[in-house]
Amino acid sequence: MAECHPVGFQWVMEAKDRGATVIHVDPRFTRTSALADRYVPIRAGTDIAFLGGIVNYILANELDFREYVLAYTNAATIISEDFRDAEDIDGLFSGFKPDRHAYDSTTWQYEGQPTLTAGGADTNNQRATAGPLLHESHGPPLAAGDHRRDETLRDPRCVYQILKRHFARYTPEVVEATCGVSREAFQAVCEAWTRNSGRERTTALVYSVGWTQHSVGVQYIRTGAIIQALLGNMGRPGGGILALRGHASIQGSTDVPTLFNLLPGYLPMPHHALHPTFDAWVGSMSAPDQKGFWASARAYATSLLKAYWGDAATADNDYCYDYLPRMTGDHGTYETALSMIDGTVKGYFLLGQNPAVGSAHGRAQRLGMANLDWLVVRDLFMIESATFWKDGPEVATGEVVPERCATEVFFLPAASHVEKEGTFTQTQRLLQWREKAVEPPGDARSELWFFYHLGRIIRRKLAGSTQARDRAILDLTWDYPESGAESDPSAEAVLKELNGYEVATGKPLSTYVQARDDGSTAVGCWIYTGVYADGVNQAARRKPGSEQSWVALEWGWSWPLNRRILYNRASADPQGRPWSERKAYIRWDDKQGKWIGPDVPDFEPTKHPEYRPPEGATGPAGLAGDDAFIMQADGKAWLYVPSGLIDGPLPTHYEPVESPIRNPLYGQQANPARRAYQRPDNQLNPSPPEAHSDVFPYVLAVGRLTEHHTAGGMSRNLRYLAELQPAMFVEVSPELAAERGLEHLGWAHLVTLRSAIEARVVVTERITPLRVGGRVLHQIWVPYHWGGQGLTRGDSANDLFGIVLDPNVLIQENKVGTCDIRPGRRPTGPALRDYIAEYHRRAGVTPERRSPIVTTDPHRED
Amino acid sequence: MDRMGFFTDTSVCIGCKACEVACKEWNEVPSHGLNLLGMSFDNTGALTANSWRHVAFVEQPRPAPDFLGMPGSHPPGQNGSADGRSDFRWLMMSDVCKHCTHAACLDVCPTGALFRTEFETVVVQEDICNGCGNCIPACPYGVIDKRENDGRAWKCTLCYDRIGAGMTPACAQACPTESIQYGRLDELRERAERRVERLHADGVPEARLYGHDPGDGVGGDGAFFLLLDEPEVYGLPPDPVVTTRDLPRMWRQAGLAALTMAAAVAAAFIWRSPS
Amino acid sequence: MGVRTWLGSWPVYRQLTGSDPLGLGAAAKSARSKELTARTETADSVARSICPYCAVGCGQRVYVKDGQVTQIEGDPDSPISRGRLCPKGAASKNLVTSELRQQKVRYRRPYGTEWEDLDLATAMDMIADRVIAARDATWEDVDSDGRPLHRTLGFASLGGATLDNEENYLIKKLFTALGALQIENQARI
Repeated sequence: MAECHPVGFQWVMEAKDRGATVIHVDPRFTRTSALADRYVPIRAGTDIAFLGGIVNYILANELDFREYVLAYTNAATIISEDFRDAEDIDGLFSGFKPDRHAYDSTTWQYEGQPTLTAGGADTNNQRATAGPLLHESHGPPLAAGDHRRDETLRDPRCVYQILKRHFARYTPEVVEATCGVSREAFQAVCEAWTRNSGRERTTALVYSVGWTQHSVGVQYIRTGAIIQALLGNMGRPGGGILALRGHASIQGSTDVPTLFNLLPGYLPMPHHALHPTFDAWVGSMSAPDQKGFWASARAYATSLLKAYWGDAATADNDYCYDYLPRMTGDHGTYETALSMIDGTVKGYFLLGQNPAVGSAHGRAQRLGMANLDWLVVRDLFMIESATFWKDGPEVATGEVVPERCATEVFFLPAASHVEKEGTFTQTQRLLQWREKAVEPPGDARSELWFFYHLGRIIRRKLAGSTQARDRAILDLTWDYPESGAESDPSAEAVLKELNGYEVATGKPLSTYVQARDDGSTAVGCWIYTGVYADGVNQAARRKPGSEQSWVALEWGWSWPLNRRILYNRASADPQGRPWSERKAYIRWDDKQGKWIGPDVPDFEPTKHPEYRPPEGATGPAGLAGDDAFIMQADGKAWLYVPSGLIDGPLPTHYEPVESPIRNPLYGQQANPARRAYQRPDNQLNPSPPEAHSDVFPYVLAVGRLTEHHTAGGMSRNLRYLAELQPAMFVEVSPELAAERGLEHLGWAHLVTLRSAIEARVVVTERITPLRVGGRVLHQIWVPYHWGGQGLTRGDSANDLFGIVLDPNVLIQENKVGTCDIRPGRRPTGPALRDYIAEYHRRAGVTPERRSPIVTTDPHRED
Repeated sequence: MDRMGFFTDTSVCIGCKACEVACKEWNEVPSHGLNLLGMSFDNTGALTANSWRHVAFVEQPRPAPDFLGMPGSHPPGQNGSADGRSDFRWLMMSDVCKHCTHAACLDVCPTGALFRTEFETVVVQEDICNGCGNCIPACPYGVIDKRENDGRAWKCTLCYDRIGAGMTPACAQACPTESIQYGRLDELRERAERRVERLHADGVPEARLYGHDPGDGVGGDGAFFLLLDEPEVYGLPPDPVVTTRDLPRMWRQAGLAALTMAAAVAAAFIWRSPS
Repeated sequence: MGVRTWLGSWPVYRQLTGSDPLGLGAAAKSARSKELTARTETADSVARSICPYCAVGCGQRVYVKDGQVTQIEGDPDSPISRGRLCPKGAASKNLVTSELRQQKVRYRRPYGTEWEDLDLATAMDMIADRVIAARDATWEDVDSDGRPLHRTLGFASLGGATLDNEENYLIKKLFTALGALQIENQARI
């Protein structure tokens, strides 16, 4: 956190000053470790084993916050008798379909529950469309009715007991053998975390989004969520799970998605087979008689279509539902890049993103772009993704020859953050408006300008069209006020549309509860409703932090409804009293008959804690006064996830897809449901039980430096940043340096089946060899900021990685892999490909080779 | 006017180098060049004319008794248990001009380019400096430096322009963890004493102040530090002494030899006794 | 410069005639030093902004003089950042004013070996034509069972995590209306 988010780290330092204990778990000793009370080195890719060990510690010693767990989690809920755990099937859960490497989730459900996820019980469709991403704002649907619970937590089929059995083998010894973490260090973490949680104290879990870049990334975070829910750290001040994101508005670009499978506010992009009609589409979002706020999904969906298509969207035409394009499977960025290589994609826009450096398998990214008809790059600086045809690594190897590369490239300079106005959504869902300081220079324009005018030109060119396909673009509401010499569209008008308004009067809505399913409201992004309440840009509020409470409700605006801590109803006990005065936040005030506190209550403001829903109540009325998790269909935090995940209802340790060691816990080596692209140009390094994993004996971990930014476009071009970290380097331990003959500040190169990159060697004791499973394992660390452009240039770490994805959200595993490292510089020119071919030969990898997915031991299956 | 200064508390420094960048942005200091130095994460190297803040990084392995941590001292990684280096320490310190009470640079400056401001900070005036370079060897800390292609001497001004406007110097303004604190020197010294006491009570006996003592060889620094190890570890002189301590005596002799020197001009320097 | 002014600018003269006979303080103050003010004090305007790097969302104040950004520093009012910035945030002025920033449209024709100049309006028109053509060439009306698809997989987009919500909204709205699906950003990566 000190390394990548130094200014956020001031609050960690503040907490430390007040007596907080800071523990840092990381494969390498970073600037965060330097300030932590305890640093725990860990083998990259083993976080579920580590955190699962903590779950086991909590459950084995009954250290959970029992009152919280019973009231606010699904610990007592009874699960289907057909469920079989990964412990029973050597690392697979019940319902696995080996032919598709996907699950039928029917047996995972609450007892008596039908499966209601958007893709049905078959997780194959959900995987292709990254379905679980929908649940960033709300839980999956559940049918109405109460679910059988055992408040004593003794029923062997209740979630608590299932959890206990599942993690029982995650002992300190197993943690040590898997993660390379000593029993002493592990015990210290367990004790610190549990001791600092409960009624009087809370513990925060903070991760950076490198955690998501694993084939089991979602389940990493799930394991953290289980710990935090068991210890009562959710919805309470000083608790929670905090994701630190690397881009200014990466939260915003998920809420208002530029993502293939989402529409604004986490509404699903329709699927051709699952959502042939409007009713099927909205029906998939929530069960007809569902409890909780997500029951109003139909109003959010209708209001979005009204925002898109205005007067053309009527009840008679299902609000232009048929104008929406339909998914048929995976249309994610990696599928798209490979489709470019295969020639089915003609054109590509890059908007402040640099896949030649920032995406896994840089060579595949560049070869894909070299096979396009046209490419539009919009950026501040000339980035590698714009110049691949001229001076990219494949030009050096002869794989791309400028005179034979047909891609037409448009480079359009972009406006910087001070040359346009608009909102970023930062990592805690806070929208902050930026004022425009100056006009952009030369041809530089904002994306708002570019897309508004591109849309205007396309609509003009298609104006006379009679083709059915053009109705959607011609009927689109696209009439934003323009101003200035360059006819800039009004960002504030777009913000108002995001907020939503009454169609008849244009009056802005103040809460999403006002959204209607009859076409009388238009809402661009329902979770942002309220940001323009009363016609006021609430995101522009700037009351100084020193002049308001520590929650600072009058600085910017956070979704939903300016709530700063999600699910903060859980900060009070079931009766509405603070768990402790020390940790008081939201409480029920009987005199006023409402919830009060320093934050906006994340609950119906006047719902009494003892409210119990009448028989058959649906929607928000179906939630009891102590159902704190209001976006969940049962109002509970899910320790066990009956639906909505692709790779199992519980996290379970799988090795990274590229790993030098065999899974110590199960025959199943790696995530059996991972999204794999098995093709000759995407071979992954062999891992046990496959032969030849010893060709790539080292664990490769990748990360960031304070002095640089992601793929480097915004830092390698800046003289004051470039000089602070002026060269691509690789960190190795003194032991590995001795083993491989690497010299401090000399050159070394790293090799995988994709490519080889070179870097200057930094020998440092901040990297420590680990003893794992009876052998010494070396880890190697490289930053991924470098590429062929900018003031400081170097090889790109992401060229080392192949493409394999987490099945839930289709994010790639490029924070861990395997590699070889050798002293000296890598071969150049065509010799580089020959060198890689030699590694393929040594690893026994032919173009036809397919990595084994299911690796369970048949003798261990029941 | 109160004496203003910096207290740099290295116990909370995260080595982010925001101070280096903020200083350069505000003062329009040129780039110091692209050099991978291999000195941990320090690629700036030293305080120079083109780096007025410099973050030093010190990697201190404190191996467990059975783990020597030396390459080749045992089969690689054999003793490499996960906690083998958990006692590892990574010290970071943002160094800066000390704005000495007795500033030799100022004493030896023949043009009056160096002067003491109303905040008792020491500033080189770029419109006066003629690049004679006398100040450079005079600095006991090796701070002040001549800029190539310019010839003049440059160093931290404690953001003379900003503090004159009641603002905080750029480095202290940016510092995420308040490792760099700006304020009245007497207040900073009190704060620093309390911080050391707190660290000692918290089990950090090695915490100590550096440059805070008016009785030291430079009469105390306007920019002083809380360190977690000996000054030498950070590249600081353990016992800095103003290099012009003996200057009055030297100048008397020189004055006798140089009878043609204008008396008023000579006096301007002779009278600069740090006593 | 008159003799008196000239003489007055000579430090020795100032020292001997002023209240600072040691010549270390006010008497040594140069003309520049006397007139020195923080450039933030003389800015024409100050914009309240947010750092463009990571998602902590630190407040920035952007000082402008004569239409140019003269300083970007932390906004002390921000309850998130309290006026502080990391090295990247502190380098924001360099980001905005860098001479390396591209300010003109660049065009590489198919099989070209060098960049060429291109007028922005022409570029916009050419891009619109290519979008329409790619869409026409790859349009899919229905699937093999006759269910609606109403889409194109002929062009794609990547980026948005560094952009504004309003921008992401228009990107998604326009591409969705064009039937384009492969709209992605860093959140997937």
